[in-house]
Amino acid sequence: MSVDVGAVIAWMRRYAAVIADQKGALTELDSAIGDADHGTNMDRGMQAVVAKLDGAPPPDVGAALKTVGMTLISTVGGSGGPLYGSFFMQAGNALAGETELTPQELVRALEAGVAGVMKIGKSTTGEKTMLDTLVPAVEALHAAVDGGASLGDALTAACEAGQHGMEATIPMLATKGRASYLGERSIGHQDPGATSSNLLLRTLAESLE
Amino acid sequence: MKKLINATENVVVDALAGMAAAHSDLISVHIAPHYITRADAPVKGKVGLVSGGGSGHEPMHGGFVGMGMLDAACPGEVFTSPTPDQMLEATKAVDGGAGVLHIVKNYTGDVMNFEMAAEMAKAEGSNVEAVVIDDDVAVKDSLYTAGRRGVGATVLAEKICGAAAEAGKSLAEVADLCRKVNGQARSMGMALTSCTVPAAGKPTFELGEGEMEIGIGIHGEPGRERRALGSAAEITKQLTDPILEDLPFAKGDRVLAFVNGMGGTPLIELYIVYNELVKLLGQHGITIERHLIGPYITSLEMAGCSITLLKLDDELVQLWDAPVHTPALRWGV
Repeated sequence: MSVDVGAVIAWMRRYAAVIADQKGALTELDSAIGDADHGTNMDRGMQAVVAKLDGAPPPDVGAALKTVGMTLISTVGGSGGPLYGSFFMQAGNALAGETELTPQELVRALEAGVAGVMKIGKSTTGEKTMLDTLVPAVEALHAAVDGGASLGDALTAACEAGQHGMEATIPMLATKGRASYLGERSIGHQDPGATSSNLLLRTLAESLE
Repeated sequence: MKKLINATENVVVDALAGMAAAHSDLISVHIAPHYITRADAPVKGKVGLVSGGGSGHEPMHGGFVGMGMLDAACPGEVFTSPTPDQMLEATKAVDGGAGVLHIVKNYTGDVMNFEMAAEMAKAEGSNVEAVVIDDDVAVKDSLYTAGRRGVGATVLAEKICGAAAEAGKSLAEVADLCRKVNGQARSMGMALTSCTVPAAGKPTFELGEGEMEIGIGIHGEPGRERRALGSAAEITKQLTDPILEDLPFAKGDRVLAFVNGMGGTPLIELYIVYNELVKLLGQHGITIERHLIGPYITSLEMAGCSITLLKLDDELVQLWDAPVHTPALRWGV
């Protein structure tokens, strides 16, 4: 399947459906080490994203991703709004005017998105955040694409790396975000942001199958 | 979950409609994006003060909008930072030409959203400064945390800076004053029970009958430590000692003592805590020159309290005593 505006819309629909389904589970994770709103916030944002994309289909992939980013920034709130919003805004900025992406361009967009999250969150891996899922996943995607893998296989590798990254947040001590207030008590809980990012990658892979 | 609500997704808008109906003489409530302004905003030539944060802390911040305090408040969903478009619209609505100060509580989401809003407002020609409040001694301020949370000092900073803005101080002066209040105030809170976020439907954490959570924030997030429940005297000491050590406060200091209810604790218990605080500070040779007692920065229906001490000088006393007329704080008018 080609990576075009239709694929982005399909990805966002799938992600919105999975978030709606997993809303309670995400909020449960956030109750343990945060403030019990991550699932609800992401669900509100993704419903708005789907409505926005349905209302006015964007002309190219860059515009579509920027629309997603802007909508998340203005509807999610909390930390998720600026973080996921920046991810999509920066990914979109990297692809201005593109109507169909090569695997290399998809890698470039996702890397720009991850850089956007790091910048606004002033964060990096190992701090028990969404970056612990996204960074290894995008690195694995990059390596697989460089190695000549098909896009499907490269996305499978990315999802596996993201899954490991997400699970690795369980024993981590949180040093960013609200979970950091708990100190040692943040250990033993999977990070809600790493979890919603894992779902983001899986729905991307599924929508491009 | 038992709550006086119509639907979980309408909690914030229904409450805003109630505030609008009750206080139309003092405030204007704007929906989508949600923000509350003084009824007479913008006040020409006066620095505008904008704050905001998740809902569920009422009366903060909307209850503090009015003469002598905030010019605007941006309410997010329950315990969720508001979005930059709310802050941008509020900033533009209260910009009377002397600039706008954003008073931001130090939470990752609030800081990021306010940063985005300030950038947008500057791009549209507003002169914006931001001060981050981080007075909670329960959190270690280190490389390993998001930094101390903004709690009780926020209420005091909004009142004191509001008075200064009303008196015609410049944006730089009001911002400096806000940093001064934040620098001289320290807080610590505790919970007897958890709270239930309406959309979550069940308590954020569970506390046994004989337990309390020390060092809680204002979002039902667990504290740093769970301890056996003590008497009011013991709890007051457990909250006050870390505050005194941190600044540190010293013999001869004059303070404003703020005993805050977390939402589910009755005033009778807050007065018991205040009485213990008076005794404790007396032993340290610290004089309580002003006080504030009541639920002003709450965490839904959580039972518990927080204590904030602000070191006073003549300037701060004068600004604290200046007239204020908002839905939740009113004196001198």
